[in-house]
Amino acid sequence: MADRKVDEETGVETTGHSWDGIEELNNPLPRWWLWTLYLTIIWGIGYTIAYPAWPMVSGATAGVMGWSTRENVANDIAAHDGQNANLVAALLEADMAALPENADLNRYAVARGGAVFRAQCSQCHGSGAAGAVGYPNLLDDDWLWGGEMEQIVYSVTHGIRNETDPDAHWSQMPAFGDIFTREETTATVEYLVSLASPEFDATLAEEGAVLFLDNCAACHGDAAMGDRAIGAPNLADAIWLYGGDRDTLAYSIENARFGVMPAWGQRLSDEDVRAVSAYVHALGGGE
Amino acid sequence: MDYIKLVLLGIVTLVAAMAASWAHDLAYQIHAMLIMVIAFGMFIWVLRRTDEPKPVPQDGVYSDGVIRAGVIATAFWGIAGFLVGTFIAFQLAFPELNFDWGQPFTNFGRLRPLHTSAVIFAFGGNALIATSFYVVQRTSGVKLWGGNAAWFVFWGYQLFIVLAATGYLLGATQSKEYAEPEWYVDIWLTIVWLAYLAVFLGTIYMRRERHIYVANWFFLSFIVTVAMLHLINNLSVPVSFWGSKSVQVFSGVQDAMTQWWYGHNAVGFFLTAGFLGMMYYFVPKQADRPVYSYKLSIIHFWALIFLYIWAGPHHLHYTALPDWASTLGMVFSIILWMPSWGGMINGLMTLQGAWDKLRTDPIMRMFVLSLGFYGMSTFEGPMMSIRAVNSLSHYTDWTIGHVHSGALGWNGMITFACIYFLTPKLWGRKQMYSMSAINWHFWLATLGIVLYAASMWVTGIMEGLMWREVDDQGFLVNSFADTVSAKFPMYVVRGLGGVLFLSGALVMVWNMWMTIRGAKPATATLPYATPAE
Repeated sequence: MADRKVDEETGVETTGHSWDGIEELNNPLPRWWLWTLYLTIIWGIGYTIAYPAWPMVSGATAGVMGWSTRENVANDIAAHDGQNANLVAALLEADMAALPENADLNRYAVARGGAVFRAQCSQCHGSGAAGAVGYPNLLDDDWLWGGEMEQIVYSVTHGIRNETDPDAHWSQMPAFGDIFTREETTATVEYLVSLASPEFDATLAEEGAVLFLDNCAACHGDAAMGDRAIGAPNLADAIWLYGGDRDTLAYSIENARFGVMPAWGQRLSDEDVRAVSAYVHALGGGE
Repeated sequence: MDYIKLVLLGIVTLVAAMAASWAHDLAYQIHAMLIMVIAFGMFIWVLRRTDEPKPVPQDGVYSDGVIRAGVIATAFWGIAGFLVGTFIAFQLAFPELNFDWGQPFTNFGRLRPLHTSAVIFAFGGNALIATSFYVVQRTSGVKLWGGNAAWFVFWGYQLFIVLAATGYLLGATQSKEYAEPEWYVDIWLTIVWLAYLAVFLGTIYMRRERHIYVANWFFLSFIVTVAMLHLINNLSVPVSFWGSKSVQVFSGVQDAMTQWWYGHNAVGFFLTAGFLGMMYYFVPKQADRPVYSYKLSIIHFWALIFLYIWAGPHHLHYTALPDWASTLGMVFSIILWMPSWGGMINGLMTLQGAWDKLRTDPIMRMFVLSLGFYGMSTFEGPMMSIRAVNSLSHYTDWTIGHVHSGALGWNGMITFACIYFLTPKLWGRKQMYSMSAINWHFWLATLGIVLYAASMWVTGIMEGLMWREVDDQGFLVNSFADTVSAKFPMYVVRGLGGVLFLSGALVMVWNMWMTIRGAKPATATLPYATPAE
């Protein structure tokens, strides 16, 4: 401490130490800094008295405000449920087919169903419900398993081709790669293209039409209009789940497709299943 | 001595060869082969030198060789880390960049820890090791204790980085943020880190100055606390000695709390205390002014290290963590505000009487900007720890923006400034090759940080508001995918910010290259004569 000196620029005394030429001024703590620190400490003590904070031997101080995140969220949910209790009861009782005629209940069901859809269904069907390759568009009127309200409720509840619900919709197309020659596949593809597109090879399509009648019509129908009872898609409407170009069609024929949807009845409450069905029904294609 | 080394290296080579052939997974196998090759190479190297006369270390000069290597490693890993960071920023905007052909190695999930570890541990860690070795010698008036131990620390740490980074790409991770490396890499880092502690403490113990300079308090608290955090958060039991997988000792909410006690203090002690150590030496040196207040440095040091260690629970608000722990984490975070600002005040006020340097000295400008970002993010941090704020900001990009304003602004800028300070000194040049290039770097980096932070604030707050938006019946309005697509433009802006920051760093590397090219390593003599032994 021997050589304390005064810094010329600021007129403040140094502490007299020097490390590799670095000295230290003997400035006091800035007042505002110190007082802000004290204030935060005082606030901190007050806050820990008000809220649960200090751990004790068993448990912790609960705080004088009686505040608890778990209780808060339980109260919020209870308040929300209480507010809608009548509507939920009505929804559970409702004849679903007639729901759209009950304007108030339908509005509630569609709003609730929209929230369920955005959280649970949008991952596959898209947040706008327009679908994606392999995941049906729910905005149009092209339904695989039926577009009436009760049918939608059934599909949502039990799902499609899943292993978890014995009542799930079930059907399976054979992989024609084992049955058809490559030429036969190509001809059948050409027939399918001819159903919805003006540009096709007529001779090849004629050949394909015969193959179609022999091999595909049992499920997809003589006119290729599909069969909703077994989820066989309509192939004549130019709406394709996996794509309608020749390569994709050939792939679908040779390998078959096996779209799966979970049984939401096992995951969602009954009112949520009904609500989301009402929402999907109301998107535009409901029958 | 050489014979002991040969036996040890021989054993390591053999065990690594066994490990490589019995490995249960790819990461472990490649690591074992890597270690085998290195150990065998060193075995040959030692063998050829056995019984030869050893080079005598130069007396009376600082050990600066390891610092030169550290400065280059810092720049190298910095570029690697920024490059990966910029790339994954664009991956988030354009998912095609995950590349189907490169799966699983090039997906975001594996590149993201590569980025965070590269910038924090490789870039930041090398900067801390190099500057702490430089500062502790200069402020103690002696050379590094332990002879070649400092070189062991340097190369051991680079090996840790390589093992960690390749491990992530090959799928070895214990899935703890910022503590991803698996058990054997953790053990290796522990050995290296204890050697680092020994070199640092040994040097302080041998010091010729009466008092320990404040920068060294910060460095020491950083080294000691990181050792403790690392050991406790990585307590795990390997599934097999011949595989990388391990099982954590803690589970559930205890594991989460341990992880965020670690994670928050990685920020507190690695990125704050350690870098404040850099600040306390290089800022007064560059400004050529005394440190503003000795008292402030004592009070804010002890307050900072006492308070930081309790703040971790604020990462787990509204989770399974009990309310009381969450309250304490928040309260300590807010009381931490002023102790954090103590460092900024002491740094900025040190410029008293030298403010004109801001106009003329781009390096000084970098120091000041880094202190500005330090002050901003240590205000933003306590604010985001408030439960009500956190319920909006948590899990959003706001957190990412906060981290980057601290990491790019504070840690990045101060490291660049230190590199500009050290490079000419270590290679015996008067100054950097191009001062205007430093200016370019300053503005490129600043603009990059502004784009980054601003875009993340906007998208983070937007995302938080969208997540909680409900209609008049109380139902959620947006799906998660809606928030993702709404963020797209801001993700592009963020990526551009990264490009600017990276370009600035490339300018720095060019500048370093031109400065070092053709220069001979400088030797700096000790201020005190070597004591008689």
